[in-house]
Amino acid sequence: MSIQVQNIHKAFGDFIALDNLTLDFPSGELVALLGPSGCGKTTLLRVIAGLEQADSGRVLLDGDDASDTHVRERQVGFVFQHYALFRHMTVFDNVAFGLRMKPRGIRPSEAEIKRKVHELLQLVQLDWLADRFPAQLSGGQRQRIALARALAVEPRVLLLDEPFGALDAKVRKELRRWLRRLHDELHITSIFVTHDQEEALEVADRVVLMNHGRVEQIGSPAEVYQQPATPFVYGFLGAANRFEGQSSAGGIAIGKATLTTGQHVQHGEVIAFVRPHELDIVRQEFGHGIPARVSRVLTLGALTRVELEGRDDVAGQHFDVELPASHPLAGSLITGEPVRLQPRSVRVFANPETAGAA
Amino acid sequence: MTKAPTLPRVLPGFGLSLGFTLTYLSLVVLIPLAAVFIRASSLSLEAFWDAVTAPRVLASYQLSFGMALLAAAINTVFGLLLAWSLVRYRFPGKKLVDALVDLPFALPTAVAGIALTALYAGNGWLGQYLEPLGIKVAFGPLGVLVALVFIGLPFVVRTVQPVLEDLETELEEAATSLGAHRWQTFRHVILPVLQPALMTGFALAFARAVGEYGSVIFIAGNIPMVSEITPLMIISKLEQYDYAGATAIASVMLVASFLLLLAINGLQAWQARRNGRSE
Repeated sequence: MSIQVQNIHKAFGDFIALDNLTLDFPSGELVALLGPSGCGKTTLLRVIAGLEQADSGRVLLDGDDASDTHVRERQVGFVFQHYALFRHMTVFDNVAFGLRMKPRGIRPSEAEIKRKVHELLQLVQLDWLADRFPAQLSGGQRQRIALARALAVEPRVLLLDEPFGALDAKVRKELRRWLRRLHDELHITSIFVTHDQEEALEVADRVVLMNHGRVEQIGSPAEVYQQPATPFVYGFLGAANRFEGQSSAGGIAIGKATLTTGQHVQHGEVIAFVRPHELDIVRQEFGHGIPARVSRVLTLGALTRVELEGRDDVAGQHFDVELPASHPLAGSLITGEPVRLQPRSVRVFANPETAGAA
Repeated sequence: MTKAPTLPRVLPGFGLSLGFTLTYLSLVVLIPLAAVFIRASSLSLEAFWDAVTAPRVLASYQLSFGMALLAAAINTVFGLLLAWSLVRYRFPGKKLVDALVDLPFALPTAVAGIALTALYAGNGWLGQYLEPLGIKVAFGPLGVLVALVFIGLPFVVRTVQPVLEDLETELEEAATSLGAHRWQTFRHVILPVLQPALMTGFALAFARAVGEYGSVIFIAGNIPMVSEITPLMIISKLEQYDYAGATAIASVMLVASFLLLLAINGLQAWQARRNGRSE
C-alpha cells in the first residue's frame, strides 16, 4: 500500500519538527528515514501512524485521506525503539493481543489465534519462546517479538521507530539482515527511522534524508551516497573532510593555499568535501596543497587513519586521511611532521550560507 | 551431609541485619501485641467468649470491618483516578493538589472528625441540603464511611502514583496501534500493571480504616447497635476499668485484621506468580 504525506507541518512550541513536508512512499518498498536527532524523522513516522496530529497537511494511505482516522483504524503496525512489549503477558499473549482485541464479530476463534500466533513466531524464528515473559528475553528477541505482534493484525504498512537503536552492534547487524530478508518475503510497505547511515544504506530500498524538518534528498542507497545533492547529505553519509573557500582558477582558494579540484568550479563561496580515502598526503612543508601537520597515526586493521591539524590559513581545522595499512606512508609518518594535502576527488557545493549574497 | 557452600553476597552482614530486624520487630510490634493476648487470656474461655460476642460488640465488628472494606474500595477507585490526573495531566495548581493529598496524613484525626461533623450535620454546609433528601450522613453509619474515606485517601494515591509514573505511554500507543479501544487498553494493559500497587494501597487504606478512632467517634453519633465502631467498644470497656474485656475484643480485631491482610498479600503473590513477575 502506498503512503503519501502532503504539506505536513508540525511544530512543538517554537521548534518546527516538520516543515511543510511532502513525500511519496511507493507500495511494497522498504524506506529509511535518515537524519540526525531532532530532524523530525520520528515525528513524521508518528504522524503517519496517527500517534501524533499534524498542525496542517494530509496523510494519504492508498490514496485515501487518513488524516482524521484514529490510529486504531489506520491498520498500521508500529514497532517502538524500546519494544513496548506488555510485560505481564507471555510472548504468545503479546503476539495474540491484536487478534484478541478485535470486535467479537470478526475476532478469530482461540484455535485460529493459536495457529496464527505460532505461524508468526515461526516467521520471527522464536516459536520456542512462546511461554516466556518479555523480561526473560534478550533485546534482539524482544524486538523480533514486537515485530511479530505488529504483524499479527495484518497491517497495511509497517512503521519502525529506530527498531535497532537499543541493541548492541553485533545484534543490530544480524537484525538488519534479518529485517531485509523478512521484507523480501512479505513485501509490506515499510518505513523505518534511523540515525545510523550504515543501517539505512544497508537495509533500505530507498533512503529519505531529513534535516531540520525538511527533506534533503531521496534516492536509492547508491544514489544518495555517490551523488549527494546537498552539503548536508555529503557530510552526513560517511566521513568527510570539509573545506570552505573561494572558487579560483584551478581549484578553490583557501587563504593562500589552493585545493586543486581538476574541474570547473561554480563561482563564489563554496564548500568542498573530500572523503578520507580520497585525500593524499604529500611529504613536503611547502608547495601545492593544503598545509597540515600530522597529529596522530592510528592503525585499525587493514586501514591506517591519519589525523591531521591544519596549518597557516587552515589552522584549527581537523582532517582525516585513510590509507591502506600496506601503504609506504602508513608506517613512516611522524607525529608533528608538516605535510601538504592533495585531493584525488572533490565534491563542491555552493556555500548555502553565502549563496544568496553572491 | 555437607553444608551447601554459602555464596558471597554483594552486601555483607546478612546475619546481623536479619537479627536486628527481628529484634526490632519484636520490640516494637510483636511484644506489645503479645501483651494484648496475654492480658486477654486472663479471662476464662467462657468470659472471653461472652465479651467478644456480646450483641453490641458483634454489631460493631460488622460496622468497623464492613465500612473499612467499603471505604478502602472507594479509595481504590478514586485514588487511582486522582493519581492518574496527577501523573498524566498538567494543570494549574497541580503541586498544590499533590500536597493536599497528604493532608489527611498530617491532620490530627479528631480535627478531621470535627470538621466533617460540622460539614455534614443537619445544620452544616452540606448536611442542610442532604438531610431534606433523606440522606443522613453525620451521626450514622454513613458518617463513619465518610470519615474512613477521608483518612484512607492518601494510601492508594501514594502507592499508585510512582508505578503510574513509570508506566510508559508507549505501551498504550502500542495497544491502540494494535486496534485496542480505550477500555480494552485500560483493562488489559494498564490495570494489570497497576494491580499490585492498587492492592497494596487497598490493604493499607483498609488497615488504617479498621483501626481509626479519632475522626470517627465525632461523626458516628455512637448509637449502640447502629453506629458504634469496634475501637469505641474497646475504649468504653477501658473507661469501665474492664481491661481484660477490652483486650479480648482487641485480640479478635487483631486476628481478623491480620487474616484479612494476609489474604490480600496472598492474593497479590498469587497474581504475581500468574503474571510471571516473580522472577
